[in-house]
Amino acid sequence: MAETINQKQNFLKGIVKENPVFVMLLGMCPTLGVTSSAFNGLGMGVATMFVLLMSNIVVSLIKTQIPSKVRIPAYIIIIASFVTIVEMVLEAFIPFLYEQLGIFIPLIVVNCLILGRAEGFASKNNIWSSIVDGLGMGLGFIIALTALGAAREILGSGSIFEFKFVAEDANTFILFILPPGAFIALAYITVLFNKISTKTT
Amino acid sequence: MMKKKKDTFINMVISLFAITIIAGFSLGFVNELTVGPIEKGKIERKVNALKQVLPEFDNNPVEEVQLVSSEFAKDSVEVYPAFNNSEFVGAAIIGSTEKGFSGLIKIMVGFTPDGSIKNIAVLEQKETPGLGTKMKDEKFLAQYREKNPSTFNLKVTKDGGEVDALTGATITSRAFGEAVQMAYDEFIKNNSSIKELKN
Repeated sequence: MAETINQKQNFLKGIVKENPVFVMLLGMCPTLGVTSSAFNGLGMGVATMFVLLMSNIVVSLIKTQIPSKVRIPAYIIIIASFVTIVEMVLEAFIPFLYEQLGIFIPLIVVNCLILGRAEGFASKNNIWSSIVDGLGMGLGFIIALTALGAAREILGSGSIFEFKFVAEDANTFILFILPPGAFIALAYITVLFNKISTKTT
Repeated sequence: MMKKKKDTFINMVISLFAITIIAGFSLGFVNELTVGPIEKGKIERKVNALKQVLPEFDNNPVEEVQLVSSEFAKDSVEVYPAFNNSEFVGAAIIGSTEKGFSGLIKIMVGFTPDGSIKNIAVLEQKETPGLGTKMKDEKFLAQYREKNPSTFNLKVTKDGGEVDALTGATITSRAFGEAVQMAYDEFIKNNSSIKELKN
């Protein structure tokens, strides 16, 4: 790589210009599946960011040692290992979150965001850039999932981070807790996000 | 930039082999670290549930668990007997059903010796958040407390029973009642044999 990467831009692109959820629309499965509350979204985001960061680091370190014909299986093994580590650690130390996220933890393996960054970025750039990229993309993913989770929780359960601000048996838009609500909320937030980000840049 | 390894057969085999070996060993290492806390957490949750649903006891129900085969469940049903000063004070039974809105519902029902429900704890469920998950709420569970299923119809009011179903989650409420019924049937079936365990 002859050109040097502006690290600040490299970091920020994951949050705004190339936000994995709102702009690139990657990793939709966990995005729609687990964001029924802000806390779940945050937990999923952090778990994904950890895997993304670690796989970016490892892929960037060993990129020259992997023959290109077998690079995808090699990346998947690396990603799957970190996902399994996350799964075991969560089950052991944060069983509450482990139960909430359920099947979506092992499914981080096939989150195209992570393989996408390994293939599209880490395998072509040095370790420092890959760390920054992983942090930026991961943070963008966390922000997106938390925002979506928060929106759905506010509308659907009348609470935010489990803190209830309506009466116990008040009627809320239960639709937003259910799967269709995920699509609706995601669509509106995406529109809003792109409107604001294109205006400012 | 370092040159990339060539796509020869031997290179591919070696690199994949090395990666899988390292991955395998690191997973084994992490597993070694977490297997203890995972086991401990599981037992802890079970003990907490037992304390919730049973009258005061001084034995260790987890160790004295009875596995009885049942026509209602796929595997055997777990029965946790509770004794206080060697006197039988009740038993907790795991009731389960596949008829929840999203499949399996697993609950623990505590019975006093006469068959009345002491309390119920939800162990596993995948119901709709905000609707079916309200079966964990005090308001719903309170309906079952101190009731004896021999005189109290566990079905929801819609089906001629005495339980008020959760709003918007009738299927969940039905399944819940079924799981309680199953636990009760098992309790009645095994009541005498549990009592004889300690005396």
